[in-house]
Amino acid sequence: MPILTSLIAGLVFGIGLIVSGMANPAKVLGFLDLAGHWDPSLAFVMAGAIAVGLLAFAVARRRTASFLGLGMRLPESRQIDRRLVGGSLLFGIGWGIAGFCPGPALVALGMGQAKAAVFVLAMLAGMALFELLERRVVRPTRKA
Amino acid sequence: MTIDWNAFTPSASLAGGLLIGLAAALFVLLNGRIAGISGVLGGLLAPIRGDLAWRLAFLLGLVGAPVAYALVASVPEPRIDADWARLVVAGVLVGLGTRYGAGCTSGHGVCGLSRLSLRSFVATAAFMAAGFATVFATRHLLAG
Repeated sequence: MPILTSLIAGLVFGIGLIVSGMANPAKVLGFLDLAGHWDPSLAFVMAGAIAVGLLAFAVARRRTASFLGLGMRLPESRQIDRRLVGGSLLFGIGWGIAGFCPGPALVALGMGQAKAAVFVLAMLAGMALFELLERRVVRPTRKA
Repeated sequence: MTIDWNAFTPSASLAGGLLIGLAAALFVLLNGRIAGISGVLGGLLAPIRGDLAWRLAFLLGLVGAPVAYALVASVPEPRIDADWARLVVAGVLVGLGTRYGAGCTSGHGVCGLSRLSLRSFVATAAFMAAGFATVFATRHLLAG
């Protein structure tokens, strides 16, 4: 059951990205280009998603188990440090270069876009590089 | 700043956003997890037993979304302007940055803001600012 609901959640998420126009990097860059001809659409995507998310997480916060009886795995870290800010800045630079963030890149890959495949492979390489660097720095217990 | 009224799609983007919020809601309420794409994908690179199937199912749903969408309507063609070299650089930065920053537009942007997490507010502000600055630099300062 959790596998099926994962599949459905991924599917609905991806369809949402297509409907919203966010699977199209040109549209994302249109939002990030404040000084040009600005396309505010991305703000409407966020507003719609957060409106539903606020309700869902208000319920989730009060529960210790999900409705399928699985443990609630909500982030516990509250630390605002260099890793968080530095990592997010690097991500934002990459996002601004190509107009792709992880979700839309995977959806565009499913559209058979060769350029999305190149981006996804490079993104996986970046994630693998993170794993390598992490293992070198903190050898003992890996965080879950 | 001028608003690009031809590109702006408030209702489609709001509707897509609601679907994205619904997907995040389903995922946290049924599976007890955050629908953060970079985390779901990145977790594949440091595999833990019993932790693979739901990740693969979620990603399959995301990549399969255009295929499902095509059953109902024609999938809008994305426009990917970045050349191959930029896609590689952007991909590596997005992969590395989202893992150091522990989240992307979905995990911090949609879910984190919905949880009212200060950490996610900071991360979202950082990657949005970096995205705006990068597009400003590439389109208005460096572009010929």
